[in-house]
Parts: sequence; C-alpha cells; structure tokens
Amino acid sequence: MSDRLIDMTQTPLTHTDHAVTAPHSLESLVSDWSTDQEVFKKVQWGKAMMWIFLLSDTFIFSCFLTSYMTVRASTTVSWPNPSEVFALTLFGQHIPLILIAIMTFVLISSSGTMAMAVNFGYRHNRKATAALMFATALLGAAFVSMQAFEWTKLILEGVRPWGNPWGAPQFGATFFMITGFHGLHVSIGVIYLSIIATRVLNGVYDRNGKYEVVEIAGLYWHFVDLVWVFIFALFYLW
Amino acid sequence: MDRATHATQTPPAQAANADVHDVGQQHPISVYLKIWGLLFVLSLMSYLVDFFGFQGLFRWSLILTFMFLKAGLIVSVFMHMMWERLALIYAILVPPLCLIVLVSLMTLESDYTFWTRILFFETETALPTGGH
Repeated sequence: MSDRLIDMTQTPLTHTDHAVTAPHSLESLVSDWSTDQEVFKKVQWGKAMMWIFLLSDTFIFSCFLTSYMTVRASTTVSWPNPSEVFALTLFGQHIPLILIAIMTFVLISSSGTMAMAVNFGYRHNRKATAALMFATALLGAAFVSMQAFEWTKLILEGVRPWGNPWGAPQFGATFFMITGFHGLHVSIGVIYLSIIATRVLNGVYDRNGKYEVVEIAGLYWHFVDLVWVFIFALFYLW
Repeated sequence: MDRATHATQTPPAQAANADVHDVGQQHPISVYLKIWGLLFVLSLMSYLVDFFGFQGLFRWSLILTFMFLKAGLIVSVFMHMMWERLALIYAILVPPLCLIVLVSLMTLESDYTFWTRILFFETETALPTGGH
C-alpha cells in the first residue's frame, strides 16, 4: 500500500520528464539534468557510455591536431606540400593526393554501410545487418591496407619522425602520430565490428533483443570516419 | 530492464510511444542514402579544392566549410544526434567548445615562437661562426 502511494506521487514527475516536455526543449534539458537519477533518459547505458568515451577520444585527437597546428605555424622552414607528397602516378598520369582521396571515399562508404546496418538491426533483419557490418569491416580493412601502403612509400622515400627530404622535420612526427593513431582506431574498429557481426549472425541479439549493440558499434565507427574528416581537411588539404 | 520500470510508471499509450523512440531510431533507408550521397559530393568538392590548386583565404574557407558540413552530417544523421534529447546533445557537444580556447592560445603561442625563431635563430645561422 505504502509502495503504491509513493509510486502514485512519483508518477506526475516522471510524466513531465518523459512524455510532456519535447525532447528538444530547454525545459527537457533542465528537467533531465535536475532529476535525482538517470540524466540520459531513453538512452541505453551502453550508448551513453560510448558517447562519453567518444567525447574523451575527441579531446585526444584534438590535442594531436592542435599540436600539429602549433608546430606547423611556428616553424620557419617551409612545410612539405601534401598535394605532392601524397601524389601517385596511375596509368601514366600524375594525380595529386589521389591515394588520400580514394581512402576518404572508402571510409565514407564504410560509414554508409554501417548506418544501414544499424537500421536493419532495429528491423531485426539478422542477415542484412551482419552482411552490412562485414562489408563495413572489409572497407575498413581496405582503408588500413592503403594506409600501410602510404606509410611504406613515405618511409622508403626517407620520411622519419625527425626529418624528411622536403622541408620541416615536424612533418614526419605529426604525420606518423596522427595517421598512426587514427589507423589504430580503424584497426580496432575492424576487429570490434567483426566480433559484433559474428554475434549478429549467430542470432545472439535475436535471442536477447539487444540490437542497440549494433548502434553502439556504429557510433564508434562513425566517429572514426568523423576524425578522418578533420585529418583530411587539416593535414592533407591545408 | 530500465525500460520495463518506466513502462510501469507511465500510461500505456505513452509507454508505447516512448518505446518507438527508444528502441526505434527507425528512419527510412532513403535518409541514409541521401546523406551518403551528400558526403560523397562534399568529399569530391574538397578534393577538387586541392586539384584546382586554389590558394589563400579562399582555399581555407572552402576546406573548413566542407569539413564542418561533413562533420555535422555524420554526427547529426549517421550518429543520430538530431534525434536525441537535448540533455545528451549538450553533454556531448558543449565540452569540445573549450577547444576553441586551446586553439586560440596555441595560435598566439606559435606566432610568438615563430617570431622568436626569426629574430634569434635565423640571424644566428647566418653568422659565419655559427653563433653558439
């Protein structure tokens, strides 16, 4: 009886929290943050935690990119021209920055397949979800392979973390640090996606109904693509 | 588990509604395909900035515009941020704003370092004795 009473008094409160306030109103922001428990309403804890992890990762990559900006702006030696450094001769034609452009399109495509995998996951379409996730992982692996090719090429041309044949020595340090850390993220993502895709295929989430696991993996993957957007613009195009 | 406890507290109609939003994030496939296409176009355009060799302020403004447009599309649609509640949106998107402070500070600092190097080291290396 007393339980019931408490429940009844609480009902109007949760009422305003959940349904009455529009999810995008400032009122909802205030009421969500001022409740005693569970700030992130209607968000699975795994998803909230993934977002918070990605926020911390944002700061790590931002530190790398900011230090890159600092060394590039403060050096008195001319910076190597990325357009030329990353040019390739394909079919007898010299095309600037082509490898990076292909890598960008591969990663964006993988983000597209991942977004669709999440969508099919919520429709509980086991096979389409797994297939799209494996496609995503495959595109990710292709990206890492191209990055390995790029690293090999640059190392053979004499790029080191402490110097290179074309200009400011900081070029090598920032290049290996930033693309290396991003490549590590992609590699971990490929493993992560393969594991989740296998579990999807085995019907683990059909049994426990937790298809949001696919969305959480998707958040990580989209973040990797997001970081590449910044690296592409700030490191390769600048 | 969590959802189940809410469902008992809210009237059935609202609970059902909440569930759709909750588990859902259910949007037509065409939304993703459109954004995918848009990201392709934006990437192509930023590549073309380099291909045609635009320089100076024009280049930077184009690069940054395409970068922020792409980032915005990925975060808001692919990562479903535009469908989340304001509490989560603010918790994730407001903290990175302090990076503006870091970037501004480091811009000032690198400018200072640059001119220090120009003033002291450049003349030093120009000396026949090497300076040290």
